[in-house]
Amino acid sequence: MDAQALPARQTRNLHRFANPGRFLRLGRAVQPWLTWPAIALLGGGLLWGLLLSPADWQQGDSVRIMYVHVPSAWLASAGYAALALCGFASLVWRHPLADLAAVEIGPVGASFTALCLATGSLWGKPMWGAWWVWDARLTSVLVLFFLYLGHIALVRAFDDPVRGARAGAVLALAGAVNLPVIKFSVDWWNTLHQPSSITLTAAPGMHKDMLMPLLACALGASLAFGAIVLARLRAAVMERRLRGLLMAQVQRA
Amino acid sequence: MTHLPFVAASYALGIGLPVALGIIAALRLGRARRMLAAVDPRLSLDEDRP
Repeated sequence: MDAQALPARQTRNLHRFANPGRFLRLGRAVQPWLTWPAIALLGGGLLWGLLLSPADWQQGDSVRIMYVHVPSAWLASAGYAALALCGFASLVWRHPLADLAAVEIGPVGASFTALCLATGSLWGKPMWGAWWVWDARLTSVLVLFFLYLGHIALVRAFDDPVRGARAGAVLALAGAVNLPVIKFSVDWWNTLHQPSSITLTAAPGMHKDMLMPLLACALGASLAFGAIVLARLRAAVMERRLRGLLMAQVQRA
Repeated sequence: MTHLPFVAASYALGIGLPVALGIIAALRLGRARRMLAAVDPRLSLDEDRP
C-alpha cells in the first residue's frame, strides 16, 4: 500500500504533524500535561507502595519491588510495540516523524527493559535464591532487550539516516513477533515466573490495597515514558532543522 | 534474610532511571533550542506561535 492508495483526507491528516513547526507547537503544549502528572503519579504511587501498601503474607516486603518492576515490564513491551508501529508508519507511509520517533523511543525502551530485568533480579534473589534463571519469561524479555540494542545500533550504523531508519523499521517489525511470546510465555511453558495477576478478561488477582498503588505507578511511568520520548523527539526535530540550516549556509558560502 | 536492601535498590533504580533520562532529554532540548535560536531566531520562535 502506498500513500496514493489512501483517501486524500486520511493521508493529509497523517502528514499534518510532519510539519516541524506544527509538531513543535503541539509538543510544547502537551509536554507539561505529561511531565507534571507523571511526577505526581509516579512519586505518589511509589511512596504509596513503599509506605502504605501491605506486605505480602508470602513474599514479605519484597512484594514492594513489584511497584517498580511491573510498570517497567509493561513499558518495555509497550515501547517496543510503539517502535514497531513507527516502523510500520515509516515503511508504509514514509512518515518523516515516524523515523525520528523510532530513533528516540529505542534508548528509552531499552532503559526501561534494563530496569525490568534489574528489578526482576533484585526480586529473584530473595525469593528464588538466584539472580537469574533461564526461564521462558526472563529469556524472552532478555531477547527484547537485545532487540532494542540492535535497533539502537542499526539506525545509527548508516551514513544515510534514511537507510538506517528503513533497516531499523524492518528490525522493529520483525522483532515484534517476540511480544506475544513474552506475554504468553507464562501460559505456553511451565515457568518459574508467576502468571499475570492482572488481565483484561478477569478480575485482578490481588487486593485493592496493592492494586491501586500499582496502577498509579503504571500510569505515572507511562506518562514519564511519553514525556521523555516527547522531549527527545522535540530536540531531534530541532537538531534536524539546525542541520538543514547549517548545510544551506555551507552551500551558499 | 532481610529484603529491604533489595527493595531499596529497586526503588533507587526506579526513581533514578526516569529522572536521569528526563534530565538528559531536558538538557538536550535546551541545547537544541539555544543553537537553533543562534542560527535562525525566527525558526526558534515557531514553538511560541499560537
